[in-house]
Amino acid sequence: MIPRHLKIAVAVMFVFVLCMSFYLRRMRRSAAELQAAAADARPVAPPASGPTETVTLYVADDGEGILRLRPAQIPLPGGRQQRGEELLRALLSIYQQPDSPHPIAAAADIRGFYLVDPGVAVIDLNAPFADQHRSGILDEQLTVNSMVATLAVNVPGINRVRILVEGRTRDTLAGHADLTDFFDVSGVTHAQ
Amino acid sequence: MSLPPTKTFAVLLTALLLLTAAPSADEKHLSVYSSVATYTLPVVDRTGKEYVGLLELLEPFGRVNSRMEGQHWKFRFNEIETDFVAGRSRARMRGKEFELPAPFLIENSRGLVPVSSLSALLPRFLGTPVNFHESARRLFIGDVATHVTAQIENTNPARLALNFSSPVNPTISTEPGKLRMVFSRDPVVAPGNQTLIFDNKTITQANYSEANGAADLTISAAAPLMASFTNNGRTITIAALAQSTPAATETAPAPGATPPVLTQTPSVTAPQFPAMTSPPLLAANGHRFIVIVDPAHGGDERGAALTDRLAEKDVTLGLGRLLRHELDVRGISVLLLRDGDATLTLDQRAGTANAAHGAVYVTLHAASSGNGARIYTALLPIEGPISGVFHPWNSAQAPSLAVSQSIASEIIGEMQKQQMPARAAVASLRPLNNLLMPAVAVELAPGPNGTADLSSANYQQKAAAAIADAIAAKRSSLAVQP
Repeated sequence: MIPRHLKIAVAVMFVFVLCMSFYLRRMRRSAAELQAAAADARPVAPPASGPTETVTLYVADDGEGILRLRPAQIPLPGGRQQRGEELLRALLSIYQQPDSPHPIAAAADIRGFYLVDPGVAVIDLNAPFADQHRSGILDEQLTVNSMVATLAVNVPGINRVRILVEGRTRDTLAGHADLTDFFDVSGVTHAQ
Repeated sequence: MSLPPTKTFAVLLTALLLLTAAPSADEKHLSVYSSVATYTLPVVDRTGKEYVGLLELLEPFGRVNSRMEGQHWKFRFNEIETDFVAGRSRARMRGKEFELPAPFLIENSRGLVPVSSLSALLPRFLGTPVNFHESARRLFIGDVATHVTAQIENTNPARLALNFSSPVNPTISTEPGKLRMVFSRDPVVAPGNQTLIFDNKTITQANYSEANGAADLTISAAAPLMASFTNNGRTITIAALAQSTPAATETAPAPGATPPVLTQTPSVTAPQFPAMTSPPLLAANGHRFIVIVDPAHGGDERGAALTDRLAEKDVTLGLGRLLRHELDVRGISVLLLRDGDATLTLDQRAGTANAAHGAVYVTLHAASSGNGARIYTALLPIEGPISGVFHPWNSAQAPSLAVSQSIASEIIGEMQKQQMPARAAVASLRPLNNLLMPAVAVELAPGPNGTADLSSANYQQKAAAAIADAIAAKRSSLAVQP
């Protein structure tokens, strides 16, 4: 015969364990949500300041498989490097809109844009840009061509463009477009 | 003479690359001989039975078409409509039912019939009797067999004359005391006996055997042998040589023959006659006219996810096999870089294609966006000037780019003839940049039925036929007479 007080103690402990496991599950879920929110903490709008300028963006259109010229009014800083970065962000914000003609992942971002040797530009993408990019020759090449052509027409003096992902060389954007070499601006613009 | 270590390493590396790309020797084939075309098809094992694709088998003989309706595979050959059901051995043709020896199968929209059913099934479609050597998987449609007779000449040195009823084009290899002829594309059938014994001390006997879609005739002798061709390829004369002759040599088949993936330098007399299905053209690089077909991705690299269950690598492999078949029936030799779910690096693909001295390279891709097909040529990066004989790896394609573009235009023209939307584009897509021969990439996009078309045998067939037609049309301008 089990004493009554022992039965009560076991029951209380059982209820306590149940409550704790429920509490722990809730804590875990809210921690995961916080983490996801932190990962998506890219700026919603370009943080640029300066006079607004009309620029020409080369916007990819998956349906037709071409680049379309689209004029846009965006604030552009004076420096060429900052100007290039803002142009790329403007392009990206078009692609991340719900009715985008060339959807790119919401978490995709431009980590940096650098002008190095005379005529050489480097675009540094974040990992989600490449990891979540749609795979296919046309889809990937349109993304590359759109960035290179937009830079070429709005930032004079760029002859070659290199694309990195998280600061490193990556073989392809999403399995097709070769990122191991420089893109010749004249070759890309001539191909349009 | 010994090779320097760097050259030895290069030779070994090339051989390794070729070996990795070579189809397995265990791969099963069915050879089909007919007055229309001679070709081989892959045979697959399913539940202990051998199967072959019905659409590919009958395609050279007439108009073929298939469509899926649930578990039903409706197949039309010219005016004959047949209804097969996946997993069932009973089928219906023109309202009458008939039985297959094993269940019909559907894989990636391809209808597979048991190999053992061909003797009974094909006459229903073709209306002519067929002679099927089932154990050797050799199918003779109509009266196409090539017969052989042997005549020994007791001269010094001894000679054996093999007379064939039609020109033949075997692959010949020798080893001490034996000369072996493998007839892959010739409908050679056994002489009266499988073994012929000769009343000669030097050349003693000839053994005939056949397996895996090829016939094999081995001559045994007490001395090294040499083969020579006369009478427009209808006569092969085997002669004994003096003992000082180098022993183990191997020949490549004559121009136009089915390409062995590993080809060694010819050292025995090669046939001096046209191949049966193709003229003896050489590629502009002076080598045999071979088209390199490269189904992109494979193994760990799945490519694009075209649907939840369909990976790009599977579509490209199916399309690659169909293209091989289409080129084969047009008499064009093909090297298929991937004939299974193998992982190949881009450098391996480029290295194998360059080492094989292909006349044209076609890489196959598939995408879920857009429609029809896109034909790409290389978007070349900036490279310095070429110094000496070396080409920069990343712009090796530059000298061939103009021809690549003309092939792309031809493919687009052929696709448009087939009511398939197609357009040209350029892409920074490896290994196009690294290839020394004209090279294009074909990206197959959905058709009128959306992404379901990508795995449709009909749709792939249409694309493969258009590509093959374009290459066949360009062949005379890409090739030179030897």
